[in-house]
Amino acid sequence: MTSLLCLRGVKTYYGNIIALRGIDVDVREGEIVTLIGANGAGKSTLMMTIFGNPRAREGSIRFAGRDITGLPTHEIARLRIAQSPEGRRIFPRMTVMENLQMGAAVRDGGTAADLKRVLSLFPRLADRLSQRGGTLSGGEQQMLAIARALMGRPRLLLLDEPSLGLAPIIARQIFDIIRILNERDGLSVLLVEQNAYHALRLAHRGYVIVNGAITISGTGHELLARPEVRAAYLEGGRR
Amino acid sequence: MEVFVQQLINGITLGSIYGLIAIGYTMVFGIIGMVNFAHGDVFMVSAFIGLIAYLIVTAWLGIASAVGALLIVLIVAMALTSLVNWTIERIAYRPLRGSFRLAPLISAIGMSILLSNFVQVAQGPRNKSIPPLLQGEFVLMGRESYQVTLSHRQLLIWIVTAVLLVVFWYLVSRTALGRAQRACEQDQKMAALLGVDVDRTISITFVIGAALAAVAGTMYLMYYGVVNFSDGFTPGVKAFTAAVLGGIGSLPGAVVGGILIGLVETMWSAYFSIDYKDVAAFSILAITLIFLPQGLLGRPEVEKV
Repeated sequence: MTSLLCLRGVKTYYGNIIALRGIDVDVREGEIVTLIGANGAGKSTLMMTIFGNPRAREGSIRFAGRDITGLPTHEIARLRIAQSPEGRRIFPRMTVMENLQMGAAVRDGGTAADLKRVLSLFPRLADRLSQRGGTLSGGEQQMLAIARALMGRPRLLLLDEPSLGLAPIIARQIFDIIRILNERDGLSVLLVEQNAYHALRLAHRGYVIVNGAITISGTGHELLARPEVRAAYLEGGRR
Repeated sequence: MEVFVQQLINGITLGSIYGLIAIGYTMVFGIIGMVNFAHGDVFMVSAFIGLIAYLIVTAWLGIASAVGALLIVLIVAMALTSLVNWTIERIAYRPLRGSFRLAPLISAIGMSILLSNFVQVAQGPRNKSIPPLLQGEFVLMGRESYQVTLSHRQLLIWIVTAVLLVVFWYLVSRTALGRAQRACEQDQKMAALLGVDVDRTISITFVIGAALAAVAGTMYLMYYGVVNFSDGFTPGVKAFTAAVLGGIGSLPGAVVGGILIGLVETMWSAYFSIDYKDVAAFSILAITLIFLPQGLLGRPEVEKV
């Protein structure tokens, strides 16, 4: 089975400092893949490298069979890869509605059906449509960031730390929604998480990234059972 | 009382012109954080384009109707000035993006000098004039000794400014293009992740700023009837003052600031000294920067994250 997203030997640098040391990652159609790792391991760098900002200095990135390694960021987005980035990056002085409309900027045509769909997933946002993005709570901003990404009808959704800073109950809601989107709509997801337990339970497969390199990969259940994964990312957490 | 009302009318007219120029400053600052010091000269170039277009339209094409001729002149000036500003952005600012902060600023000052010198050489250093247009006026009030008038030219400036501001407001607040423009202003990296071509959006910002400056340039030409290669500087700095006073980055602020600067200038001329009117206007710049750096309608720095 061919991959929807396929990274081979991707190396990324910040100036002369190497951040990713030759990454191989695959996301197949209809899969949830998670990337777990400590702070500074390179998870968010990997997410942004897929979008060409920063650009991979070596290696190749293919999406749906097409080489996207050298494409400008906005053209990569128009291939229907959406990202809810680190720090959410809501447009603070735009209304919730306008933020959602920005999510649909990648394609032509009406937004009404998509708007209805995302608001049914995140009913909290429906009450806040005319409010400015910057005035939302953290949980609402996270919902908005995901909803905005979904407005472009993505083939692949990149989620960077969707549970960061959220109350556990809200985090669980967000994980539930990711599962629904995957099971019902067949959406492919690449999920970066610090909350390794939840992420690995949700994901079909996972990768552990340490210091810019993939050290372990396997199915979610395999990784959950690995003693070194448990020791590094799970013990002391839940269970 | 009559003097006051008359100066109010004059001030709003002048302020409309400053406001239209100020929008160009404030939009460019909002999106790339740069004060475009060449913007005043772009305004001056637009007045010359308007002048040449006017002469062609009236003398060669023989269009007699003043309003019809002005409309054609306006459209030609807006189109050509937009092209000029688009080119300036491409060759003088875009290559310096990602360079140190002062680089595009210095480049803008260079562009300002280039434009005014080019026009001086190409069009000569003397004032260029057009025959007076739309001579009529409405008498609003007053006695035989002093009549308050609203000239047809002033009224036309008010109407054109108002119509353009409505169009412009609609463009920025209600269209996908305006949304992309504001998104780039707030977070360029995120806008790119959502498929917005940031470079193109910045180009469009320069084009819109130039089109509004061209409206101001054409109105200026029609109002005063003369234009000179050095006319970019003083109105340019006054419009910049207006943008700062209104709160740089704020579009309504640019218009409000423009009108206020126009009023300060005309009131100062009437009640104090006409020789010091520019000093009064520029003092506003210093006073605003010292006591109200965010401007009247500027946004507070704090954002909830």
